Amino acid sequence: MANQKIIPVGPYHPLQEEPELFKLYCEGETVRDIKWETGYNHRGIEKLSESKTFEQVFFLVERICGICSTSHPFAFANCMEEIAQVEPPDRAKYIRSIVGELERLHSHYLWLGLAGHFLGYNTVWMWAWKYREPILDLFEIISGNRNSYAMFKIGGVRRDVTGDQIALARKTMSDLKKKNDLLTGAVMDDPVIHARTKGVGVLTREDVMDYAAVGPTARASGWDIDVRRDDPYAAYDMVEWKVITAPEGDVFAKAQVRLLENYESIKIIEQCLDGLEKEPEGDTEVKVREIPEGIGTGRAEAPRGEVFHFVKTDGSNSPVRHKIRAPSYVNIATFRKSCVGQTISDATISLAAVDPCYCCTERMAFAYDWHTGRKIYDGNQLVELSKQKTQQIIKNNA
Amino acid sequence: MGLKNFFLKKSLWVFHFAGASCNNCDIEILDILTPRYDVERFGVQLVGSPRHADVILVSGSINQRDKPRLLEVYNQTSKPVFVVAFGACGCTGGVFAEGNTFAGPVDQIVPVDAYIPGCPPKPEAMISGLSKLMQTIS
Repeated sequence: MANQKIIPVGPYHPLQEEPELFKLYCEGETVRDIKWETGYNHRGIEKLSESKTFEQVFFLVERICGICSTSHPFAFANCMEEIAQVEPPDRAKYIRSIVGELERLHSHYLWLGLAGHFLGYNTVWMWAWKYREPILDLFEIISGNRNSYAMFKIGGVRRDVTGDQIALARKTMSDLKKKNDLLTGAVMDDPVIHARTKGVGVLTREDVMDYAAVGPTARASGWDIDVRRDDPYAAYDMVEWKVITAPEGDVFAKAQVRLLENYESIKIIEQCLDGLEKEPEGDTEVKVREIPEGIGTGRAEAPRGEVFHFVKTDGSNSPVRHKIRAPSYVNIATFRKSCVGQTISDATISLAAVDPCYCCTERMAFAYDWHTGRKIYDGNQLVELSKQKTQQIIKNNA
Repeated sequence: MGLKNFFLKKSLWVFHFAGASCNNCDIEILDILTPRYDVERFGVQLVGSPRHADVILVSGSINQRDKPRLLEVYNQTSKPVFVVAFGACGCTGGVFAEGNTFAGPVDQIVPVDAYIPGCPPKPEAMISGLSKLMQTIS
């Protein structure tokens, strides 16, 4: 259209901390189309994984995304256990679920804070991130690090959760429940937040099914999917909880789903802690001697949706092929439905509503020159780069 | 200490350049603005434009696509500007240094004044790094 203006947002912009470029095609104030470019974050993890041993791959997949840094090892562990035909002991299953749910809690608080920030509601940001700190403290005590936990290994977990840690976790959870009540009340009853989020960025059930969206994005549009229930792993079939859905599909429904999921996470953690007290201490892993030849798939429900890992092995100690599908990859595509027809100011929160995570999503992208339209790198040149890299390594090793 | 440095020391404005990172450092950078750490009490503030910045905080490894953009951001800032390599990836490339898109650690692209190691560095480490940077201004 002749009178369309393009508003570029990014790649380095104050709105979101990751690099990505949005082009909003606007007529006046209304967004008519949206395109986005990624590739600023591409690190070649699937390829790197083929050069690592299975034990090392856990540390690599943990660093696909710093926010869902348990979901990827979770899916990878499920995948490798399918290949090796092992079942972790119950104590390891409980610990895995605890770590997974703590991560969901901290991720949902993080999203809520950022969503508040995007709405210009910095109080919500400060509150949510303040209440997120005790969860990170708990992580530090359980695993030794605030963000990358390194808790998983094939056949179990690396560290046990015992005595004092269990008591601390119980206290943190009971404190968090009160704070979640406060925050839920503050967000759900605020007339300004209602005005800014209700009816904004609506995705219908058909839209999310067309785009195969996952996680809270799908559940907030009334599509009842959750890998934890549909394909149970770890301790999720040993505890009582329910999947939260909302029919509206707008930004408010997404916030509602996440806030109510926090209660379910707290419930799961408390039941897992009960379970831990019944199991014998120290029984945290099954020794796996070797990984046979085969293919395996692993799924896990990340805070943003389903993470899928596929690994092919040939009996050696590293993967032959490692394929990863992260939830944001499908969720980001729904921008074409949620943002088009909105004003520019509402597009911001619609973009943030799916909790996009670009470092999960990165795929190989062709690089085009903006002015000439010329491809800077194509497939062959990239193969060439890869060859140069090999030559360089050979030279260094010689 | 000149008048300019006196004021610079009290108000370091930071532009955050996220390279090919895993997001972990990025959320820790946001984290130090929130109530528990609150670095704004030291005059440190995140700004949206490199033209306003005294410090460029580079997190994440730098890939082929980021490299020209990092240079451009560096050239856009008013000098003197301090570059801080944040996290293991910023300092050395970390776990991604063997990747096929890796384009060298930050110090091979732009001059670096301070390194804050860790994966991710704790907020305390970042506050310590920034305070050491402030001490070099005299």
